[in-house]
Amino acid sequence: MNAPHDPSSVGAVEAQNAHFDAPLRLRSGDELASYDIAYETYGKLNAQRSNAVLVCHALNASHHVAGYYEKDPGNIGWWDNLVGPGKPLDVRRFFVVGTNYLGSCFGSTGPASPNPATGKPWGADFPVVTVEDWVAAQARLAERLGIERFAAVIGGSLGAMQALQWSLSFPERIRHAVVIAAAPRLTPQNIAFNEVARQAIMTDPDFHGGHYYDKGVVPTRGLRLARMIGHITYLSGEAMAEKFGRLLRRGAPGFDFDVDFEIESYLRYQGDKFSTYFDANTYLRITKALDYFDPAAEYGNDLSQALARARAAFLVVSFNSDWRFPPAGSREIVRALLDNRRIVSYLEIDAPGGHDAFLLEDPRYHGALRAYFDNIEL
Amino acid sequence: MRPDLAAIVHWVPRGARVLDLGCGDGSLLRSLWQAREAPGYGVEIDDDSVLACVANDVNVLQVDLESGLSLFADGSFDCVILSETLQTIHRTEFLMREMLRVGREGIVSFPNFGHWSARLQVVLGRMPVSRTLPYEWYETPNVHHCTITDFEDLCRRLGFRIRERLVLHEGKPVTLLPNLLGSIAVYRCTGE
Repeated sequence: MNAPHDPSSVGAVEAQNAHFDAPLRLRSGDELASYDIAYETYGKLNAQRSNAVLVCHALNASHHVAGYYEKDPGNIGWWDNLVGPGKPLDVRRFFVVGTNYLGSCFGSTGPASPNPATGKPWGADFPVVTVEDWVAAQARLAERLGIERFAAVIGGSLGAMQALQWSLSFPERIRHAVVIAAAPRLTPQNIAFNEVARQAIMTDPDFHGGHYYDKGVVPTRGLRLARMIGHITYLSGEAMAEKFGRLLRRGAPGFDFDVDFEIESYLRYQGDKFSTYFDANTYLRITKALDYFDPAAEYGNDLSQALARARAAFLVVSFNSDWRFPPAGSREIVRALLDNRRIVSYLEIDAPGGHDAFLLEDPRYHGALRAYFDNIEL
Repeated sequence: MRPDLAAIVHWVPRGARVLDLGCGDGSLLRSLWQAREAPGYGVEIDDDSVLACVANDVNVLQVDLESGLSLFADGSFDCVILSETLQTIHRTEFLMREMLRVGREGIVSFPNFGHWSARLQVVLGRMPVSRTLPYEWYETPNVHHCTITDFEDLCRRLGFRIRERLVLHEGKPVTLLPNLLGSIAVYRCTGE
């Protein structure tokens, strides 16, 4: 944990909120009449406004990318190992913006926010939002912050999908896309995991079809299961074996259904923790956003054609132990960029961490990000 | 700059699209960009070299050459370079074919195992170690050595046409008995 005086930390930060009254037309055809976007910024926007970097988050994270909150010093940003003074994404050089996607439960308008039509929480009526919608909303935030063009947009996993989408939705407003542990679309196997997670939530008796807020209950059992499934897929088998082995919590088999193995205890702990802070309706929506992301679909499944619009330079990074978003997907993105003669570098890092490796501090991975950001002209 | 690299830079036409297989730290790509405005990509597997490429601001793709060039479409490059890489590859023929699938022409350089000092060391019962073959047998990354004659045989077998050849020793061109007096060979070849 970073102590408050850590010179490589951005220090105490404050979350901010931007309210938008211009309606946002969604990919589904629905419209959000007004909405809030929660965000944080680190560093200073330079006079030429050429040093802004947008950080997009994945499934369960938020706009709290780096630093800590004065009132909650233990709450350190989810990518604090990357963003800070002297860190690979150096806030002495870059103005870093973390935003929270629409439909979240951490500050941006989402299913738990009041529906202006009824005054009650949206619940199940909150629209199904997509990666394209998030990027459109982020672009409005960028305008609000006076950023015409991002020096870079960076993200891992679902965040990487947003970085890729930025290069397609707003090709002239992004100079570099840093796309980590990405996939150009989910595989059926991946969608299957998401569906099991959704079923766990929706079959929880406390779900009440998504309108559980005014019932005073939360579908914790469903959320807990969804998180447990997720966690299994974020870790590689190797990392799991390394971390937990077949260690028995009680030293010997219990011949009952209490926790025997360390991994069971870990999954239960992660599931319990998650179910206390995450919103089930949000979880349903982000898994749908993942499932629906497929820029090639409207180009006859030709990813090269889909990426023809992109103008940004790309850094694509994958991890060979990541079986949730395996390197093959990243290579597909690289191939499509090469077909379009785009500027691209690709790193396939031999790290054991699985999908979660993008959050870890591997020297090759962070070294490459540091070198890449250092070479971005301001 | 390594003398074979100087020759390669000279052979690449201005503005050509270049693919450098086994590009090391990317310095050839960098000098090609500066000297010939040739935009390029490098392929490299070694972590440290890949990092050096990113730091050198050249496009690098970390993939294993042994698994081929499936990232690249047919005929997508003007020029594919294998500079002192071929001898480290297990699937030599396969990669040579891949080279001319994705590129209109290939430039290949390799240490000549037929150089007299290598021959002499073998005659004296030792594996050769020299400036162009700097490794002991137990630590060498090289797996497939060849001589100038061997390489030209392979080109013939693959139906490649040799357009230009430069044989060097200590940085100077060798014209007399090249397979005996040259320590590095550089070829420019195309399909028939």
